Amino acid sequence: MMMEATDQKLADQAKAGNGTAFATLLARHYDRIFALAFRMSSARAEAEDLTQDICAALPSKLMRFDGQSRFSTWLYRVVVNAAHDRRRRQASHTKAAEGWGDWEVARQAANAETAERIDWLTRAMRALPDDLRDTLALVLDDMTHADVGEVLEVSEGTVSWRISEAKKRLKELKEKEENA
Amino acid sequence: MSDDLDLDDLKAAMTAATPTSDAARKAENLALAQKNFEDLQGSRDGVRLNSDAPKRGLFRGVIDMLRTFPAKATLTATTALVAVGLVVYLPDLSRTPDIDGLLSGTPDTVVVDTEEALASEAELRREILSKQRSNYAEAPVATLSAPQAGSSADFARPAPAPEPTYLHEGTNTEAYPEADRNPLKVTAEDPVSTFSIDVDTASYGILRNSIMNGYLPNPDAVRIEELVNYFPYDYAAPGADGAPFATHVTTFQTPWNADTQIVHIGLQGQVPAIEDRPPLNLVFLIDTSGSMSAPNKLPLLKQSFALMLSELRPEDSVAIVTYAGSAGQVLEATPASDRATILAALNNLDAGGSTAGQAGLRQAYAVAEAMSEDGEVSRVLLATDGDFNVGLSDPDALKDFIADKRDSGTYLSVLGFGRGNLDDATMQALAQNGNGQAAYIDTLNEAQKVLVDQLTGALFPIANDVKIQVEFNPAAVAEYRLIGYETRILNREDFNNDKVDAGEIGAGHSVTALYEITPVGSPARLTDPLRYDTASEIGSASGEIGFLKLRYKQPGETVSQLIETPIETSSEPNGDMRFAAAIAGFGQLLSDGRYLGDWSWGDAIALANRARGEDAFGYRAEAVQLMRLAESLAAQD
Repeated sequence: MMMEATDQKLADQAKAGNGTAFATLLARHYDRIFALAFRMSSARAEAEDLTQDICAALPSKLMRFDGQSRFSTWLYRVVVNAAHDRRRRQASHTKAAEGWGDWEVARQAANAETAERIDWLTRAMRALPDDLRDTLALVLDDMTHADVGEVLEVSEGTVSWRISEAKKRLKELKEKEENA
Repeated sequence: MSDDLDLDDLKAAMTAATPTSDAARKAENLALAQKNFEDLQGSRDGVRLNSDAPKRGLFRGVIDMLRTFPAKATLTATTALVAVGLVVYLPDLSRTPDIDGLLSGTPDTVVVDTEEALASEAELRREILSKQRSNYAEAPVATLSAPQAGSSADFARPAPAPEPTYLHEGTNTEAYPEADRNPLKVTAEDPVSTFSIDVDTASYGILRNSIMNGYLPNPDAVRIEELVNYFPYDYAAPGADGAPFATHVTTFQTPWNADTQIVHIGLQGQVPAIEDRPPLNLVFLIDTSGSMSAPNKLPLLKQSFALMLSELRPEDSVAIVTYAGSAGQVLEATPASDRATILAALNNLDAGGSTAGQAGLRQAYAVAEAMSEDGEVSRVLLATDGDFNVGLSDPDALKDFIADKRDSGTYLSVLGFGRGNLDDATMQALAQNGNGQAAYIDTLNEAQKVLVDQLTGALFPIANDVKIQVEFNPAAVAEYRLIGYETRILNREDFNNDKVDAGEIGAGHSVTALYEITPVGSPARLTDPLRYDTASEIGSASGEIGFLKLRYKQPGETVSQLIETPIETSSEPNGDMRFAAAIAGFGQLLSDGRYLGDWSWGDAIALANRARGEDAFGYRAEAVQLMRLAESLAAQD
């Protein structure tokens, strides 16, 4: 009875034109949007820009939120789709993560970001193919495989397969590095 | 990380590796989203203020719409759109203000059932929106594919069926002080209760804003003493000489429990002759970070300060310091008589950049110290949405800074604006440590109350470090419970320690504190008496149920004065007392109703209604409206 307003309720009010509800809703989820944007792009500057794109487009997107999925699931899908969109526009970036041979390219990009501490996992994520990286990013965000499947529009089994594949690759990478 | 790459380890590593979003970018992005949101609403007001804030005009809205169109659109095309757009637009728009008026709850409007109002409002808005959309579609330009309302690039695909197993905890960036509700105390074990007074009202403002927007407030945001102290009470003022405030103690039957008693403690500050007040130095410290650009923030703030300006005297002076990224003094100390200069400086303020709360505070204190001469009162009025996210964001460090400055004789009051971002915990900590008041301003009416009607109280302290200590007589009182004041509890030994800071009373302020006590032998007693009880031999049934002690310091002094009064079982409560009890009950319904039994919203409303009294400003009528709205909202959840 004493719960805060639910996302669903705020979303309905925002759709109806309530600016305060919209502000509350976005403020509540902003950090999560940014975190997912970061995990999907593995670069801070990229994540900031992606978050900006999402914020700019969110008001008009929200008008089409139909309440069929939970708000958070819907929002994740918005983030994932925005990230894909952005990748398409930056073909070069997409290619960088296509195969193992590009590991060096990604590594150099990481070194270029001198201002930030880039840890192993972030670099390794960057080396993963897009589909594996996206799936891993969502699962690491405390989502169930079923939820991730809903966001990415693939089956739950596919999600599970991708996760084991991603883990395998990360492990290979780690061994490669340790032996190097 | 282990060899087999455990997913939990990965998760932890990922969490550690994910940076926090850049505060400046966050503020910008949030502001951008809000702007786009409001643009999308066309010319309808983004926020419901029951103020006379300038409404965005119809043409302005259309122009905003046009501005979002790509330059490719030809002149003919856009003109055609205006023509078609306006014709259908007008009748719909003329209807929305009525709904807004109803919802914003100005005192002269009738209370409507929220659910109904919200639903009909939502319906109306949807109708308008779909009209807007169809306008775009019907406009001849639509075929040119150039004009797009906002961004129509659709990332979101249609949603598959819902899958409700995964529960998502929403994280709101609003922060409230964490304090457990005061527990029931057994008099025999713990007969002494000590706390600092609190004249803040921010909690009531936040509560009202939440309820008006159709949701119940976060229980942590409900500080019952601030709800009770929001209302002016007509307690008798102190005599011409002696203490700066009068103390009134009354006991009466608890509204929600016939077998317990309320001990009502009312303090009334003296009202010095207004003409005799010393000149006042005010430093407006204004947050102009990007997050302040919403209409209920910086624009409302400007209006509020302009209102207050008319209450100042020619010999008072005003300076303005802003903070956003870098702190800057926008207006040097200017006599209040020079209204034109001050208003011009206020109007030039613009929101942008990130917030560096502490740098701004430093500069504001420096300005205030430079302005003050002997016998003058200096106060920094910090106006913010509570975002202190650059530099020192740790409330404790900020607190220490303010506490250091407090002794220089400069007071600090904090005015909160807007929602979504409000850092209530920091605001409270600042005002508490700056010997000031924290108020939350959501409408121009509230600005009128805080800054105009109660200007003297808000700005002229008459007693500092006011502490209350009550010792209950175990022979008469079995159990007691302090209602509210959770964030103000002091240790028993702090009462006599003049180094321990406490709240201030301003000129004309009244402060109310309520205890619920269970008399010995009452069937309402919640704990069993001890078999090997020795307390009954210590206390004597002298007719006193307790003993009230108050300590305060005259402004500028370091040694406290003591006032003592026995508490005796007494009389009939007057309307003020019953109203205070109704508000305390309301606060408990919103936060933790475990002691209320089956006392309901309806009982609270009935009690408050009967005790409304004269209510010259309409505050109590508004409270009753809020209770009714809260009742409907609670029934929904």
